[in-house]
Amino acid sequence: MVANKDVEISVARGTVHAIVGENGAGKSTLMKILYGVQQPDEGTIAVDGTVLSLRSPTDAIRAGIGMVFQHFMLADNLTVLENVVLGAEKRHGIGDAARAEISRISASYGLGVDPDDLVADLGVGQRQRIEILKVLYRGAHILILDEPTAVLVPQEVDELFGNLAALKAEGLTVIFISHKLDEVLKVADEITVIRRGTTVRTVKPATVNARQLAELMVGSELPSPSTEESTVTDRVLLTLEHVALAGAATGNRALLDDISLTIHAGEVLGIAGVEGNGQAELVEVVMGMRDASAGTVKLEGTDITDWPVREIREAGVGYIPEDRQRHGMLLEAPLWENVMLGHQTQKPALGAGGVLVDARAVQRETEEIVRDYDVRTPSIFVTGESLSGGNQQKLIIGREMRQHPRVLLAAHPTRGVDVGAQAAIWGYIKQARRDGLAVLLVSAELDELIGLSDTIRVMLRGALSGHFDPDTVTREELGSAMTGATGPDAPADPTTSEKGLV
Amino acid sequence: MKRLDWRRAGLGLAAPVLAVVVAFVVTTAILLLAQDPVGAVWGQLLKVPLPRQLVAVFNAATVYYISAVAVAIGFRMNLFNIGVDGQYRVASFAAAVFAGQGWLPGWLNIIVALLVAMASGAVWAGIAGLLKVGRGVSEVISTIMLNAIATYLVSFLLGKTAVKVQGSNATSTKSLPADSRVPGISVDGMLATPSKVYGLIVLAAVVGFVYWFVLEKTRFGFDLRATGRSETAAVASGVNVKRMVLTSMLLSGAAAGLVGMPLLFGQDYLYGDTVQSGLGFAGIAIALLGRNHPIGIAFAALLWGYLDQQSNGLQIAAGVSDRLVLVIQGVIVLSVVIAYELVRRAGIRMEQRRVARQLAAGDAVAPVTEGAAV
Repeated sequence: MVANKDVEISVARGTVHAIVGENGAGKSTLMKILYGVQQPDEGTIAVDGTVLSLRSPTDAIRAGIGMVFQHFMLADNLTVLENVVLGAEKRHGIGDAARAEISRISASYGLGVDPDDLVADLGVGQRQRIEILKVLYRGAHILILDEPTAVLVPQEVDELFGNLAALKAEGLTVIFISHKLDEVLKVADEITVIRRGTTVRTVKPATVNARQLAELMVGSELPSPSTEESTVTDRVLLTLEHVALAGAATGNRALLDDISLTIHAGEVLGIAGVEGNGQAELVEVVMGMRDASAGTVKLEGTDITDWPVREIREAGVGYIPEDRQRHGMLLEAPLWENVMLGHQTQKPALGAGGVLVDARAVQRETEEIVRDYDVRTPSIFVTGESLSGGNQQKLIIGREMRQHPRVLLAAHPTRGVDVGAQAAIWGYIKQARRDGLAVLLVSAELDELIGLSDTIRVMLRGALSGHFDPDTVTREELGSAMTGATGPDAPADPTTSEKGLV
Repeated sequence: MKRLDWRRAGLGLAAPVLAVVVAFVVTTAILLLAQDPVGAVWGQLLKVPLPRQLVAVFNAATVYYISAVAVAIGFRMNLFNIGVDGQYRVASFAAAVFAGQGWLPGWLNIIVALLVAMASGAVWAGIAGLLKVGRGVSEVISTIMLNAIATYLVSFLLGKTAVKVQGSNATSTKSLPADSRVPGISVDGMLATPSKVYGLIVLAAVVGFVYWFVLEKTRFGFDLRATGRSETAAVASGVNVKRMVLTSMLLSGAAAGLVGMPLLFGQDYLYGDTVQSGLGFAGIAIALLGRNHPIGIAFAALLWGYLDQQSNGLQIAAGVSDRLVLVIQGVIVLSVVIAYELVRRAGIRMEQRRVARQLAAGDAVAPVTEGAAV
């Protein structure tokens, strides 16, 4: 169905076809081409044997290709019906005809969507089903799902896979883009591996295991996160005592609710949880970007609750932000200016009289970071934007670690980075632990948490759970704590309890 | 790195050149539609200016330049200071009143008057800054309002403080003492004209240099640019954004306060109700065209001054209103905004491709082993 100079993929009707590859391997470009956002320089795309020219998403929709994005595009304050018909008013109007069509689609694919629910009241899994429904409503028979499981907890992933099976049974075609190999193996009928913009191979899931697939992806052997012997000391570096953060409006539930935690030198505390349960707020309160409404934050005994961000950074708190494009980098600035960012008041940026910037020293420092942290770039003068996600992240970690912090806050440090960079980043976090830093690791990747943490705690609706021991905890236990489900309602599935690789 | 800079320079120049070309085409189209003599209009606008006119171009550009730098300070911080017009009115009036008293002798009077102008411009802009920081009022709205207030406030105060001049209806402040006037710079060595360039063209140059130095070389400048590029990243890096908003509004206002100074000390010697208006708005256009760059702004200011000057003869030479120049200037600004965005995107794509290509080439030579020791 799809051809391109470098990429050749054929997808049969009524199958789930997975496309896997590292970030930067060309998955997103391929996707953009399929959805008409970007035009291929060479090659053709054909649906049912007809060669198409997709010049815009409108063309793609007309050809029956629909895209479900990783980040949902739903208006919270509208109902499901309103969200679905928005922009597609011509199909079935905006009234009862549309409502009937939504119910029909929902019933025939087992999506369980009620057209009159308010989107604001719905959970992540349900929202994703609305996105799928939106695409089906527009007449798509080929669905492209971009990293659909990134935002889901294990139980929701299983539900999604159930929905995909229903779609397949009705003769629809699903293209499933992911880098989570265990999931791909479970759901796909065929898997195409992409590396550096080319298709490496198309395989049947029955013939490969996750490790072989990963090695196809990277083109070499790869490491996995595994804990080493404990380096935890009894020196307490970071303490939070009864920290709370009130909601934006009165009456809203608190964003952070009575959070107390302690991290020692040489300890990694992992925070698991479905996104939006207060992890981001927790990190921002410690960094001083938000003011806690109650409680205290202490850095090695010193109360830093009311300190501004700059003083907290100067006192030795390193920060790897969860959204590096918004909080970690100046995308349009050269790399060396990005190395200064967050350390303007510290060496080597600090120039004469504390007023000037020592650009030379920062550029030397940047050269060293690029070398020591394996940042792949032709020059330190290119803009931050021109680097891949993994290289941006390595630059950020390099600049933070070179300031020798005492505490490191790492939020989703391997999100959106390729497998190679992921291994390197795990290495740096382990190194930080060996060097006696106190590390607060927030992640949505359970394997990463289990592999790197000394202790895991789960965040749900702004509150912290008890302690889990990463050596004994299962993915299901964490998953249940993440959704707040009590009791063993999730059926034990042997394949999900295997500790996957990526 | 050298090659990179040339590439950047090329991209940087592409947009303004494109904008000027588009303006030329659009204006020609308008003239054709209106059945005006196209040839005569461009003949008038593009003819070589007389020496006298050339001096006038530089004088106009001096004033425009300072105004555009004031606007650019805001732009670099993602603040849209539309209020330069009001700020320079308030400041010019305050400086004219102060300097007119002649409390201080000669140059001292001038320097203190310049400081008075900067302070009053800063105060006027600071109101908008405080409103934004304290109450979240958009600086666009508040500075527009403050422009209107400034106009009426100044004319009210002018009425209170004006000195009556025999045989004239004009109201104005007291004229500057003779020793507090800045002499013009004679250019008769180069150009055959007795006209003189404003002495305070030096002030414009100093403003431009300080603007460049503070933004590009100091930590404060880095913080300001970082905030302009990404407020979220700046907050995470420890910049106090509220303080930064207020400070840059004050600085922008202080620069705006100097806009009227070349006129006050080099030409009018007083502030009256006939003072030139619209300088602040021209500054917005010039800052956009000059891409907030101290040199770029200088060229844009000269272009503006040139167009103004050449438009004077339009009515006589071609029978077309000199307002046509406003159309040209407007089209330049519109197209420059679009052209910059296009060029910016093209630049990003080019650089991303180049980086990818260079990395791919490097990998082909020496396959790099993935990852660090774990």
